[in-house]
Amino acid sequence: MSMPVWLDDVLWTYQTLIHDLGINGLLALSMYVVLAAGQLSLGQAAFMGLGAYSGALLTMKAGLPFWLVLPGSCVAPVVFALAIGVPTLRLSGVYLAIATIGLGEVLRSVYLNVDYVGGALGLNGIPERAETWMIFGLLGLATAGLFLVGRSRFGRAMEAMREDAMAASAMGINVARYHLMALVTSAVLAGLSGCLAAHESSFIGPNEYGFEPAVTILSFALLGGIGNPFAPVAGAWFLTLLPELMRDLPDIRLALNGVIIVLAVLFLPRGLLGWRMKRAAVGRGA
Amino acid sequence: MLAQQLVNGVLLGATYALFALGFTLMFGVLRVINLTYGFYFSAGAFIALALTTHVGLGVALALPMGAIGAGLIAVALDSLLLPRLRHRRSAELDSLMVTLGAVLALYAAMTAWLGPDIRRFPPGLIGAEAWEWLGVRVTQAQVLILVASFVLVSLLIALMSFTRLGLAIRAVAEKPDAAGLMGINVARTSRVVSFLSGALAGAGGVLIGLNFNAIQPYMGESMMLRGFVVIIVGGMGDSRGALIAGLMLGVIEVLTAGYVASGLKEAVAFAILVAVLWTRPQGLFGRAVGQRA
Amino acid sequence: MLLTTSGLTRRYAGLVAVDGVDLAIAQGGIHSVIGPNGAGKTTLFNLLTGLVEPSDGIISFGGADITALPAHRRAGLGIARTFQNIRLFRGMSVLENVLTGLHPRLSASMLSTVLRLPGFRAEERAAVERAAAALELVGIAHLADAPSEDLAYGDQRRLEIARALVCQPRLLLLDEPAAGMNPAETVALAELVRRIAATGTTVLLVEHDMGFVMGLSDSVSVLNFGRLIFTGSPRAVRSEPAVVEAYLGARLAAKLRATHGE
Repeated sequence: MSMPVWLDDVLWTYQTLIHDLGINGLLALSMYVVLAAGQLSLGQAAFMGLGAYSGALLTMKAGLPFWLVLPGSCVAPVVFALAIGVPTLRLSGVYLAIATIGLGEVLRSVYLNVDYVGGALGLNGIPERAETWMIFGLLGLATAGLFLVGRSRFGRAMEAMREDAMAASAMGINVARYHLMALVTSAVLAGLSGCLAAHESSFIGPNEYGFEPAVTILSFALLGGIGNPFAPVAGAWFLTLLPELMRDLPDIRLALNGVIIVLAVLFLPRGLLGWRMKRAAVGRGA
Repeated sequence: MLAQQLVNGVLLGATYALFALGFTLMFGVLRVINLTYGFYFSAGAFIALALTTHVGLGVALALPMGAIGAGLIAVALDSLLLPRLRHRRSAELDSLMVTLGAVLALYAAMTAWLGPDIRRFPPGLIGAEAWEWLGVRVTQAQVLILVASFVLVSLLIALMSFTRLGLAIRAVAEKPDAAGLMGINVARTSRVVSFLSGALAGAGGVLIGLNFNAIQPYMGESMMLRGFVVIIVGGMGDSRGALIAGLMLGVIEVLTAGYVASGLKEAVAFAILVAVLWTRPQGLFGRAVGQRA
Repeated sequence: MLLTTSGLTRRYAGLVAVDGVDLAIAQGGIHSVIGPNGAGKTTLFNLLTGLVEPSDGIISFGGADITALPAHRRAGLGIARTFQNIRLFRGMSVLENVLTGLHPRLSASMLSTVLRLPGFRAEERAAVERAAAALELVGIAHLADAPSEDLAYGDQRRLEIARALVCQPRLLLLDEPAAGMNPAETVALAELVRRIAATGTTVLLVEHDMGFVMGLSDSVSVLNFGRLIFTGSPRAVRSEPAVVEAYLGARLAAKLRATHGE
């Protein structure tokens, strides 16, 4: 089957944008997973960066094939997630939040100063191994997976923890274990998205994974809502497409994200699309 | 050489301690992780810059006015953002998110208005003399910073320990509901705490701006990482901890820059933070912080 | 003995909330803990369920030492509770709340869940049936799909009890279940508690309402200033001087003795 020429042209012109939609969708899910469990981690951008850099290095310096590079790029994010996540499990959520905010900035200074990873110039000439079907395939799998898990005892446990962690633990829910699982899942999703992004844009730099992207990812999830896994993806798509429609005002994007977060937390705790998914896999009389 | 590094480190640490003190105050009293704090740091520096450059004021006036200006901005912003969150169950995390969003918008606005370039204070603001003592060189600017930090910290301690206002603040920190029932105006006390906190940040901004003679909108943001390290190492909400940890961090940072590599200062600071989380999360003086769930 | 504590103590800075309590709850039946305000009853419950760590002492359940066991593991062992100020999961429906209570009894793996394997489906179906049965027992089966936050106060109470009961605990702790109820509701609640005890679950409850406690309990323990001052049958407790004194204070108790004679 061959595609009509105009469609082919559109896809080519907007290829980067389409890829961005997929990647941002994955990042939004990575944020969703921790927020859905009642945690605040702002490490998604940092984990993305780790996935991007380690993926690029595995491809360029170790010459590994992409089907090995992709899972390999998740190792560093998971290690860092555990390094911060494990000690903060029994502490108030503020500690995790603060540590993850700091992580991005610190990694940035490391990337800038270590020549092996390109220093201030970043890594150039990364082969384009990521295809559209990979990105959206992964996004689809992740969304479906999170939806199916959400409609089960896991989803009920997470929502319970988010609402009232003490009551949840009295019900037999191991809050610390779920928090850690959510954080590691978030690191994997973000790491994969970073690896894919690196292999579709051929260049990564040290300044792409710091404070601002971290906050942007948060705004995806807060705008869309976290009642179900489709909402944050929709939030990501909206915020990714918006600058395309507002080409004349590039600097506003960051300020806009900030304002969105403020408004969402103050007035719209459920986000714009926050309809809550059902948590029982089976109805009564089924 | 080592002695010189130590002195530089202590002086840098004094500003970190000052910065962390205001941040810790907000958390200790209002249970708020206020990320707009970094913005007040930048704001204070820019106000002082404007006063010295355009109005020709000297440091003696520009410093307090920068601090006061930052304090007033802090009161305005905090009153806008925080009261609604006070009674929510997830108040700490919600306030973190709200202030996170706000600070992003504020930095963007400030950069749009003032431009991202690094500015400098007008020359001759502080005498260029330096003193030599036992092989250690200390500039006038550094002495100013040390003295100013010392004065501000002492004033804060005096305020908290010896005045009625300080008593009210400590009561609100301990048990806000009980304090309210005892006739303390919690809303007003909170505004005062916002002001003090913002003013400390603003003063810190002026002093760091003077120390490095570099002012740019995002300067507050890079301080925040130090702020985090200090409050976690010192203990959340504890002033003594903030002081000691601030000084320690300043020294460690200067030594790292001098003897290891300048680019790794932040990594070392963060490594310390993670190490503390693993070994003694309540920090030097914090109560055993936890959420038993 | 189903549940025993030995020297159970909880200190806060400047205050001993629970002071060397030696509790012994036999299997079966309804046991109450009473005492004036601030006597340490809720702290005791928090200690028993693991939400608070003891400063000292031992807790044994079914012969095993559970003192160091975290809260979520105790639920799995068969200790369930309700809360004084009703802590439902407000976003969830009534049925979903109760299903959440079954968490320790469900074991389908993540893989089985994502692939919707037959084992997972069967488990969820069985779970819904058990939840429905629990709702039936407390009398609100007709509200299963309602949002839990829309329920009337009395029904919210019942929902919380259903959620605690659904995994068939050996010991059910009820923290002031009659709080905020009118006399008619209180009678219905007492009926419910008897029905629960009849199914074999041991009930331990904390309550202020004396009529409720005395009419319902097989044994009563009295706490005052964190110390266990008396345990016995409801009749024995009523006439025990130490208990009267604890509630009324020494002077008033003496006056009472003087006017009524011993």
